[in-house]
Amino acid sequence: MTSLAIAAKGLRKSYGDKVVLDGIDLSVPAGTIFSLLGPNGAGKTTAVKILSTLVAPDGGDLRVGGHDLAAEPQAVRAAIGVTGQFSAVDGLITGEENMLLMADLHRLPKREGRRTVAALLERFDLVEAAKKPAAGYSGGMKRRLDIAMTLVGGPRIIFLDEPTTGLDPRSRHTMWQIIRELVSDGVTVFLTTQYLEEADELADRIAVLDNGTLAAEGSAEELKRLIPGGHVRLRFSDPAAYRSAASALRETVRDDEALALQIPSDGSQRELRSLLDWLDSAGVEADELTVHTPDLDDVFFALTGSTTVPAQHHQTEEAAR
Amino acid sequence: MSALTLAVRDSSTMLRRNLLHVRRYPSLTLNLLLTPVMLLLLFVYIFGDTMSAGIAGGGADRSAYLAYVVPGILLMTIGSTVVGAAVSVATDMSEGIMARFRTMAIHRGSVLIGHVVGSVIQSVASVVLVGAVGVAIGFRSTDATVLEWLAAFGFLTLFAAAVTWIAVGMGTASPNAEAASNMAVPLFLLPLISSAFTPIDAMPGWFQPIAEYQPFTPAIETLRGLLLGTEIGHNGWLALAWCLVLGALGYRWSTSAFRRDPK
Repeated sequence: MTSLAIAAKGLRKSYGDKVVLDGIDLSVPAGTIFSLLGPNGAGKTTAVKILSTLVAPDGGDLRVGGHDLAAEPQAVRAAIGVTGQFSAVDGLITGEENMLLMADLHRLPKREGRRTVAALLERFDLVEAAKKPAAGYSGGMKRRLDIAMTLVGGPRIIFLDEPTTGLDPRSRHTMWQIIRELVSDGVTVFLTTQYLEEADELADRIAVLDNGTLAAEGSAEELKRLIPGGHVRLRFSDPAAYRSAASALRETVRDDEALALQIPSDGSQRELRSLLDWLDSAGVEADELTVHTPDLDDVFFALTGSTTVPAQHHQTEEAAR
Repeated sequence: MSALTLAVRDSSTMLRRNLLHVRRYPSLTLNLLLTPVMLLLLFVYIFGDTMSAGIAGGGADRSAYLAYVVPGILLMTIGSTVVGAAVSVATDMSEGIMARFRTMAIHRGSVLIGHVVGSVIQSVASVVLVGAVGVAIGFRSTDATVLEWLAAFGFLTLFAAAVTWIAVGMGTASPNAEAASNMAVPLFLLPLISSAFTPIDAMPGWFQPIAEYQPFTPAIETLRGLLLGTEIGHNGWLALAWCLVLGALGYRWSTSAFRRDPK
């Protein structure tokens, strides 16, 4: 059990009548990236706040870095680093001063502190901005400074609460690179995200949190296996054409509202060719044909009880932001 | 390192951070300093002739009123400076940096202690500056012995510490900086209804007990006694008692509000 960086059993938390976490179990092996995935309001941030000693749980057997959370909170704090959803930098002072503040609070000897700070500023591409007040930093720079501050004390376990929310694509990829480097140094990362792509990209294990309970847990591959495979989707604009196609093609899933048919397929060139031949011989001509391979989106929407049709995910996700 | 050494070390780190804030953004401190200086000049030069008629049985002049008003202005300076503490604590509490501090293995109270010590240092510095303005326009305390000077200085520091804890309590209990600054207004206004500008016996009879026993009046009378040799009487004990009560209340209030789980 010593190789578990984070172990939670029956973690519960309510605010008033609202149950935020309803007895969840988590186990994160040391040196891996674990992603807690869920829609807004699922309880991800609450889980991070509890595991990072910020908020007391209502119940549960919780161990972080081998220490009991309730009995030895200071020992837990000494082992962890936290970068929350909202920037935890002091905007009134410069980036370098923020870093030196962390070095002092970790009680590093003066010279060692300066060396660590200089190295981290270099690594996170903040040397140029180091002498400027942090309040003027861009979103991506603030986030980099935030993580750099978290790393000053050399934590073995790092909590990152939605580290890329609100970042532009380039900053997001930089952040992913940073996270991968952390793990290559043997650090354990506990990451929350609402982006399926991010969890798929980074995490060794993913837990899907929905309404305070874990809907599923496993590697990205394992989760994808939980739901039906890929398909080809045919969409029609003419209801009559749709009906005749639906009666001609029997092995399909019908979506009468969207005038769309789904035909199981692995998306390979060979299968597509035979499918097209079959459509031609049946005299079916769709207005739009899309190939859909299973991704975490399917898992996510299947597990979190969303009624949204898969092909519209990206649209609804955009609209929700 | 023992727990105490760690507490001292973390608190002094936090103190350095607060003093850095003051150095980078002196405008808040200067604004708070401006008010007592303006009031001093206003009451001495604009209202001075009228005000002096109200003290020492009507036979006093402007320089006598200057001597009367300076101790009150000095304590008002403290009441004004600690508003800054309420604001900066509230700002800290509403920022993500506080969550970071809470998840670090540092002494828990160091954030608050850093604010309190920083604010007391600011208060004392402000008192010295405002006092210097008083001396520049003619205030003299030549009758006081060195011991009385030291006692006055020590008393001002103690009073500043007590009022600062109250201000820090206001800061921790406020949802944001604006609310904290509003809540702290009484600290600044109380001196107006004390013996700072007019003697208590010149006030309406029903109001006299309120003016006489509120924290600022005993403190002002004590300081007057130390600097100018007037009668201190029971005011000395009363002022010390107020310092202890305010300090203890403020400390309890701050720490309990600080320990509450953040949302």
